[in-house]
Amino acid sequence: MVQQTIVDETGRPQAIVAVEGVVKRFGRFTALNDINLSVRAGEKIVLCGPSGSGKSTLIRCINHIETHDSGRIVVDGVELTDRMGDINTVRREVGMVFQSFNLFPHLSIIENCMLAPMKVRGLSRAQANERARGFLRKVRIHDQADKYPGQLSGGQQQRVAIARALCMQPKIMLFDEPTSALDPEMVKEVLDIMVELARDGMTMVCVTHEMGFAREVADRVAFMDHGAIVEEADPETFFRAPSTERARDFLGQIIH
Amino acid sequence: MNSLDFSIVLQAWPYLWSGLLFSLALTAVAFVVGMVLGTCFALLQHFEVPVIAKIVRGYIALVRSIPLILVLFWFFFLVPIVLGHLSGSGRPVPIGATWTAFITFGLFEAAYYSEIIRVGLRAVNRGQFEACQALALSTFETYRSVIMPQVLRVASPIILSQTIVLFQDTSLVYVLSLTDLLGAASKLAQLNGRLVEMYLVIVVVYLAISSAASQGVALLRKRYAIAGARR
Repeated sequence: MVQQTIVDETGRPQAIVAVEGVVKRFGRFTALNDINLSVRAGEKIVLCGPSGSGKSTLIRCINHIETHDSGRIVVDGVELTDRMGDINTVRREVGMVFQSFNLFPHLSIIENCMLAPMKVRGLSRAQANERARGFLRKVRIHDQADKYPGQLSGGQQQRVAIARALCMQPKIMLFDEPTSALDPEMVKEVLDIMVELARDGMTMVCVTHEMGFAREVADRVAFMDHGAIVEEADPETFFRAPSTERARDFLGQIIH
Repeated sequence: MNSLDFSIVLQAWPYLWSGLLFSLALTAVAFVVGMVLGTCFALLQHFEVPVIAKIVRGYIALVRSIPLILVLFWFFFLVPIVLGHLSGSGRPVPIGATWTAFITFGLFEAAYYSEIIRVGLRAVNRGQFEACQALALSTFETYRSVIMPQVLRVASPIILSQTIVLFQDTSLVYVLSLTDLLGAASKLAQLNGRLVEMYLVIVVVYLAISSAASQGVALLRKRYAIAGARR
């Protein structure tokens, strides 16, 4: 395992995620083109941009669900290469929430939350159960613990997915369009949980078009287009006075 | 035509019973061997293991294109000769009809179960694999705890119909002069001339066992159905 120390030029706390010059191609299509992004512990970053701009690909590279072709990604001091040991070290500390929830349909809600802590963290059944109940309470769904994913609404399932990720007690949480597959009336219940998580100090990288959420919690908004980060600013600046033409067009389309 | 006389069946029952037991034993062994081997075959292809996956594909294509009865023949007559050559003595090493039946059925069914499992694996949503990766589950745990339980649930109706066909196919062992349920009945029928009664009775037995198996699996499916799953 290669341990890296990253301190940025101003001497602020080291970045917990450092993405440097990352390129990702799908065949002849360049999905990520020389991406640089650094996230410090406790920071909340919102990635936005038109579809196909590479934002999902970028966060999927951070836990190596997609492999990058060149450049470096260092997460919590571990560089992601093709060494499986390092990859799993990173994945243990990085929780992920998917657009389509991806709960395990054959396991009950509580079992969904207990599986990885038992198999990966080595918790006993009793410990995992206690931890799972705690996080299910946090996402306000503990009364459904013995139901199955198919019996819950989309918003409830996504909250379970957040609890399942939190049960690994990760240092970083990645959200890949967590509300895009939800009916409109269920978006808020999921965003509320994410806002609470942000208030608790979790380091978060979120791909989302929920601009209200971005304004409320983001430290920085990164706007992507054609596989590159075109603009990076605090939300106030980004929404009030985007500096690029493409960001202005994009905001014009999503804010009605 | 003489009136039907089923008393003959009662007398013959112990013999029929031993035939039935053989059919059931052969089905059970072929099911277990076939499922274990078939799952391995499916996973080897799923992981695209170099060379081995290709060999497995070829094996399955071969087995699926020849009738079971031919495989039984070949195994019974050829393998002893091959073993003889391998052992260096040059003389055939007989493996016997019973072993031939058990081994052949197991290897043959493995090809069919493997195809069922392989299709089941393809039916599992990619998101399930990604969720396992994101949770840092090992490959072994991913398949043991998440993927295979879903595959087996999806594939269980097809696995069942394949197993019922297998049970009926056990009657092919007559070519090895083994006595299964059908073999027992036809031997008796020729002995006492009561063909109609004997064949009627074993039709009922096959029907009862096959439909009981279907019912049993339907109950299991209800018991282990994924709650709230959309079909």
